[in-house]
This record gives sequence, structure tokens and C-alpha cells, in this order.
Amino acid sequence: MDLEKLTALQLAEKIKQHQISVLDGVKHVFEQIEKKEPKIHAYLDTYKKEAYARAKQVQKGIEDGTYTGPLAGVPIAIKDNICIKGKTTTCASKILENFVPQYNAEVIDRLERAGLVIIGKTNMDEFAMGSTTETSAYGVTRNPWDTEHVPGGSSGGSCAAVAAGETYLALGSDTGGSIRQPSSFCGVTGIKPTYGTVSRYGLVAYASSLDQIGPVGKDVADCAALLEIIAGHDTKDSTSIERQDLNFTKDMEGKLMGMKFGVPKEYLAEGLNPEVKAAFMDALKILSQQGAIVEFFSMKTTEYMIPAYYIIASAEASSNLERFDGVKYGYRAKEYEGLHDMYKKTRTEGFGEEVKRRIMLGSFVLSSGYYDAYYLKALKTKALIKQEFDRAFEKYDVLLAPAAPYTAPKLGESLKDPLAMYLGDIYTVAVNLCGLPGITVPCGMDSAGLPVGIQMIGDCFMEKKILRAAKEYETCRGTFPTAEEGGRKA
Amino acid sequence: MAKIIDDETMENVCILAKLSLSEEEKEKAKADMQKMLDYVEKLDELDTENVEPLSHIFGDTNVFREDVVTNGDDKEAMLANAPKAKEWQYQVPKTIG
Repeated sequence: MDLEKLTALQLAEKIKQHQISVLDGVKHVFEQIEKKEPKIHAYLDTYKKEAYARAKQVQKGIEDGTYTGPLAGVPIAIKDNICIKGKTTTCASKILENFVPQYNAEVIDRLERAGLVIIGKTNMDEFAMGSTTETSAYGVTRNPWDTEHVPGGSSGGSCAAVAAGETYLALGSDTGGSIRQPSSFCGVTGIKPTYGTVSRYGLVAYASSLDQIGPVGKDVADCAALLEIIAGHDTKDSTSIERQDLNFTKDMEGKLMGMKFGVPKEYLAEGLNPEVKAAFMDALKILSQQGAIVEFFSMKTTEYMIPAYYIIASAEASSNLERFDGVKYGYRAKEYEGLHDMYKKTRTEGFGEEVKRRIMLGSFVLSSGYYDAYYLKALKTKALIKQEFDRAFEKYDVLLAPAAPYTAPKLGESLKDPLAMYLGDIYTVAVNLCGLPGITVPCGMDSAGLPVGIQMIGDCFMEKKILRAAKEYETCRGTFPTAEEGGRKA
Repeated sequence: MAKIIDDETMENVCILAKLSLSEEEKEKAKADMQKMLDYVEKLDELDTENVEPLSHIFGDTNVFREDVVTNGDDKEAMLANAPKAKEWQYQVPKTIG
């Protein structure tokens, strides 16, 4: 049986029908890891021994009726900013090189109750700050479609692992596009849920008002099934929301006839690579052919999204990352004179350049005398952006955008100019500012053979609408090649 | 006109951020921050005079719970990651002279 061709749901179905054992699936994934990791480096850590033991336990659980869910027995990889009890959780930072959580993130408990098999931790930009996975303190991850290119970020390890067939599913986190952009660069599917839908308990915070954990998978149905497992109210996260409509896999089938899609005109202006635009326009055509109404409209706050986002995200980061002081966990500098010198040396030696840059910017915009001019101004801008999205959703069911203005850049090109890198987040950050759900689905390729993704954005709590649109689009688009089939240097 | 980041501002930022940068790093950080502030100055184009700042998307209602202890004695777990611990306490350099 061609194990690599199966989706996660298909694998779980075959396990249920006794055509494959849980261990077969897990073994297959580790074979792929051994074969591909030397080139890709999607993982920071893998748990082969434990995963084999867990596979046998899950097999038994499936047989005795303990695990009845649609993804029982499926291997999954976890982004390294999500805590697993007893497993080093580094956030790809030196400052957490030896941090071993004493508890599970809520999502990990949920995965375990659903019978999934955790196989390892994936690489990321340090503390999820970056768009390429190059700010990791533990080396870059390479794009499985072309190993000269980045996988995107910050969930680059999770997306590359799925794209390379080194796992069936992965969890990522999305603060400003960190699931949707690497999903686009790696030709996989990823969802950023409505803020508050998935518990952030045990997710190492970057910008608390923007962070959400979400699924990465081979197709829309896999992601929806995984989202259904990880979503749900959690009293341990005070921003967690009590929602009744968490059955995301239900009513996913449906025609697009009459569904209204809006495309912000400003998103297609200057800066969008023509090949990405062409792939995006082709996707719009497919939607129109299915009877959907696709209209262009003006989103006037577009050019203010990135400034507002980077002020708010940096401010929250500077506050959240104060906890890394060398006292309670993580790295502590070896030589220092007194307490304050210990803090300073620990942080200076422990954090990478991009993280320091954002901590400094955040400290500045929150400081006395500048708070109103920068931080408060950004929060007011956020209000205006939210108002504009509210107006758009009065007219449209779903908004459409590319996930990024270009395909995956070459390794080593992006970090030279941080501001230029931030500008690449133009289509993703507003979704986080407004708490909206978004999904990226592969929609084409550029002339170099690198994947392009289309992003579908819904109003808050409207995951079902974007899932239905994404699922129907995916069906009409037809099979999308894997990195191995379509890539150049996989 | 955006704020000009001078040496004194940079010094203050480093104190707030608890970072100690070399002169060379400081110069680079200064340039980076200046570039970023020049860019975000764009927000000044927006009239936000009568706009309420939006911090929480779903309203600022507080989440309360009964003040009941639910966890047990996790002393060992809490100290498991301490860079330095002594007699069930985190150990830090001498802070009072």
C-alpha cells in the first residue's frame, strides 16, 4: 500500500478497517524522517521509541473502543512552542535550550485523548518571530519543493514536515500569518482559527492577543478534523471562548452557488508578484465557474495593517518575554556581577537578533512619553481595521487574498532587511488583529515550480463558511502534486 | 516627523528591555529602530481623534472563578527547570548589600 499517498483521515480509516496497523503508519513516517531530515531539517526532536510504544497502545485502544475518533492512530508533529510534559520545548531559542515543561499544553491532552501519536517537535522562527524559519537558533529548515528556498515561517518546520511526507499532520501557531504563509510556501493546507477557539494554555506566548494554535495538513478535510479535536473551551485560558459550533467537519460539502466572495483591491496592487497574482486569479475563476459571486472592493486601511501589527505584536512580545530572566527556567549566563547583570547577560546571550529587535521596539512603544503616539495609535488603527472588516462581512461570506505577495524566497535573502521581510506579511496580519479565521489552500505554482496558496478569510466564528468554500475549491481545483512529485530538489 | 532615536533613547530602551548591547550592536539597533519608526509613522495619516482604542476583539469582560486551590504540591515540578536552586527555593545572586 502506498502509505505516502494517504491523507490523515484515509490512514485512520484504513487503521479502523484493519488494513494497516497504527505502527505501520508510525514506522512509515519515521522512514521518511530518516530519509529526508538530513536535507530538510523540519524537526528539532523526534520521539521514535515513545511513538512506537504509543502506537501499540493506541492500536489496543482502537480495538477496545477507547479511541473512536476520526484521526485515531495518526502520527502528528508539534511546533516547538507548544509544551509537552517531559519533552524539551525550546521555541527554537537558546534561552530555552534546556527547558523541559512539567505539564502538557491543553492541545496535547486533547490530541492524546483522540488517540493521535506525537512523533516530534518541529523547527520554527525563534519565539515565532520571523517569516522564514531562518531565525531559529538551531539551524534553518529547507523547503521540500526546492531545498535552496525557505519553507516560510514561523511554523516552517510543521509545514515542511507535512509537505515532505515526514508526518501526516502538524500543529502550528499563527500570530501574524505563521500558519497560513508557510502553508502557502510549502503547498499544504493550514488554518488559523477564530481567536479564542483553541486554548493557548501551554503555548509559549509571543503576542497573546494575536496568537492561535492551528492545524496543518495535506488537505482541507484533514485540517477540519484536527481543528475539531483541538478546539474547545478551556478554563485554563481566560481568553478561551465557549462555542457551540465546533463540529467543523459537519456540513462541509456544499456547492458555492450564490456564495459571495470579496477581494480587497488593494491586495492586488503594487508589490504582488505577477505569477502569484496569475495563480490567484485562476483560483477566482474556478470559484466563479462554480456559481460563486466574486467581487472586488476597496479596503482602505490596507497600508496601515503592517505598522499597526508590528507595534502591537512587538509591544506584547516585549512584555511576554520579560519572564526569561534566568531565574525560574531556561538559560542563565555563566558569569555576571549581581542580579541585574545576570538578567542582562542572560537575555543578551540567550535571545537572537530578531527577538531582541522586537523586544526593543516593543519596550520603546510602551515607554513613558511614547505610549500614546505609538501603542495607543496602533490600537486605534486596529479599531478602524476591524470596522472595515465588519463592513466587508456585511456584504461578503468570505474574503479572498493571496497568502503572501511572493513564493518562497531563497535561503539567506530575507533577514538582511527586516522591514522588507515584515512587508511580506501584508495579507495575513489583519486576520490576527481582528481575531478572524483564515485558511490557506494550494492554488497553483510559479514558473520555478514553487507553490502558491490562496487564503480564505471568514468573519469571527465563521470557520464553517471558509471550510466549505475551501473544500469545494479544492475539489474543483483537482489533485495538487506533492513536493516529491512536483518539487525540483526534494 | 518620526522620533529620532538618539543614544540616550537607545540607552533607556536597553534598560527597559534588560539587554546589554555592544557599541556596534547598539548602532545597528538604533538604525533598525529608526527605520521602523519612520515606517510606522504612516499611522499619523489616519484621523483617530474620535476612535476608541481596541485591545480585545470580544470585549473586555473579566473572567472570574472561585478562589479555590486545585493544584497539589508541585514544588519539585516548579523547581525542575531552575538554573540554580537551594533548599526548595530559586537561587539568585545576592540582591541586598
